[in-house]
Amino acid sequence: MSAGNMNLNLKIWRQPTGAAEGKLVDYRVEGVSPDQSFLEMIDVLNDQLVRKGEDPIAFDHDCREGICGMCSMMINGKAHGGYKNTTTCQVHMRLYKDGDTIIVEPFRAKAFPIVKDLTVDRSGIDKVMMAGGFISANTGNAQDGNAVLIPKPIADEAMDAAACIGCGACVASCPNGSGMLFMGAKISQLALLPQGQPESPRRSLNMVHTHDTLGFGNCTTHAECEATCPKGISIEHIARMNREYLKAAFTYYEKSRSEGGA
Amino acid sequence: MMAAAVNHYFGSSIGRKQLVATTGLLLCGFLVSHLAGNFFLLVGPNAFNLYAHKLEALGGLLFVVEGILAVIFTIHLGLAIKLNIENVKARGGAKRYALKKNTGRGTTFMSQTMPWTGLILLAFVILHIKSLKLGTYYTTVVDGVTMRDLYKTTMEYFVSTPATIWYVVAMVAAALHTSHGFASAFQSMGWNHGKYFKNVKRIGYLYAVLVSGGFAFLAVWCHLKGV
Ligand code: HEM
Ligand code: SF4
Ligand code: FES
Repeated sequence: MSAGNMNLNLKIWRQPTGAAEGKLVDYRVEGVSPDQSFLEMIDVLNDQLVRKGEDPIAFDHDCREGICGMCSMMINGKAHGGYKNTTTCQVHMRLYKDGDTIIVEPFRAKAFPIVKDLTVDRSGIDKVMMAGGFISANTGNAQDGNAVLIPKPIADEAMDAAACIGCGACVASCPNGSGMLFMGAKISQLALLPQGQPESPRRSLNMVHTHDTLGFGNCTTHAECEATCPKGISIEHIARMNREYLKAAFTYYEKSRSEGGA
Repeated sequence: MMAAAVNHYFGSSIGRKQLVATTGLLLCGFLVSHLAGNFFLLVGPNAFNLYAHKLEALGGLLFVVEGILAVIFTIHLGLAIKLNIENVKARGGAKRYALKKNTGRGTTFMSQTMPWTGLILLAFVILHIKSLKLGTYYTTVVDGVTMRDLYKTTMEYFVSTPATIWYVVAMVAAALHTSHGFASAFQSMGWNHGKYFKNVKRIGYLYAVLVSGGFAFLAVWCHLKGV
């Protein structure tokens, strides 16, 4: 790792287990290069800690190229550091100055219990997705790309929604700990496309129900999610979900087996 | 589970929020009609009293309308308070972060103070009904008809400086509440599209300023005019 000339003071949340008490602990990292990413800077710190025989800081990461959504952390009070359309792994140390103090905390919400230090359990997002964030049609062989025509603006909008990487920054930034943005993005994406439309009512009902039971909060249109989302997902998708859900709640009905349904 | 879909709607995050939104918008509509009536104050005592008398003369119908209004109001604040309590829990408690900074592009003072401005409005509405609707009952005769002199009750009420200030403060709360609430209600109902949502927000701000401003203006006007 190329040695740089920045020295930083870090205050990092340490918490040995989910049940234990946590606190901010002061660290000093020396020789940080402006070309390092935020995660690489923590790698350097962890390397120092391990050499000293201390417990390294636990944090989530995987792709380190802004596409997996694992690198959840609050940097100086903002999810992913609060830079436009940027995940933590894409935050570079050139954005900080020598001598800066940086506070690093885990994402927090009732639905995101802490596992250790900066690592939180974001499986609530997966559970909401498993409740309907997919299409279950058996599609057979791939058809001709132009067999199903989708207007360009619709395809673009669906693509914007599909950009969600499930990082949870929306939940962490939302004053209500609500999961409406990632859920809205998925419901909206699939409701925009012919492949997703047939199952939209059932999907909306099941996903919203799961979201609620997992302890995510209600939307009050702060729009802080949209402002911090590293993929720039708009709350218009929440509105589309609200429409889909309203429609489904009042018009969609599946007969139970005893009523002659499947 | 599907059979219970409609029932579930009224217990769900989105369903309940949509009830807060529809009742909120209905209240916004009510405020416009209330304000329009208040402007008869400027026309004169007889006009104002005649207007109030005509409403009173609706009898049973007025009773029903008032009942509906009370139900709307109760649903709105009951569900809003419930949603708010859930949200405080969902965010992970009061001591969520040692440091939390907003981006400046999302949450606003108005959106953060919704429960508080709402509670001010609740207190206001209770006192308002007590001191005006249920206030001193004077009578007057207009065109040979004996009727309540609500004009006198109103003017007497606003002689008091604290009463006028409280009224204006409540209207500031109403302006803050509706300037977020109006557009938020559209979002909750799913009526947000890049094509027009900026204008919904603008109309919300305009609504907040004009309606709350109108009420506040009339209160100050009454105060300055004196009995
Ligand atoms: C005349 C009175 C009122 C009007 C015109 C009004 C209007 C509105 C509107 C339009 C909304 C937006 C709904 C949405 O976002 O979907 C709203 C939300 C809300 N109202 Fe009211 N409201 C009134 C009274 C009250 C009262 C008395 C309370 C009381 C406790 C209250 C508490 C709330 C809360 C907590 C919210 C939701 C918060 C949010 O969206 O951030 N409101 N109101
Ligand atoms: S909507 Fe944005 S902030 Fe929320 S999980 Fe998806 S990518 Fe992350
Ligand atoms: S580590 Fe994959 S998005 Fe940051």
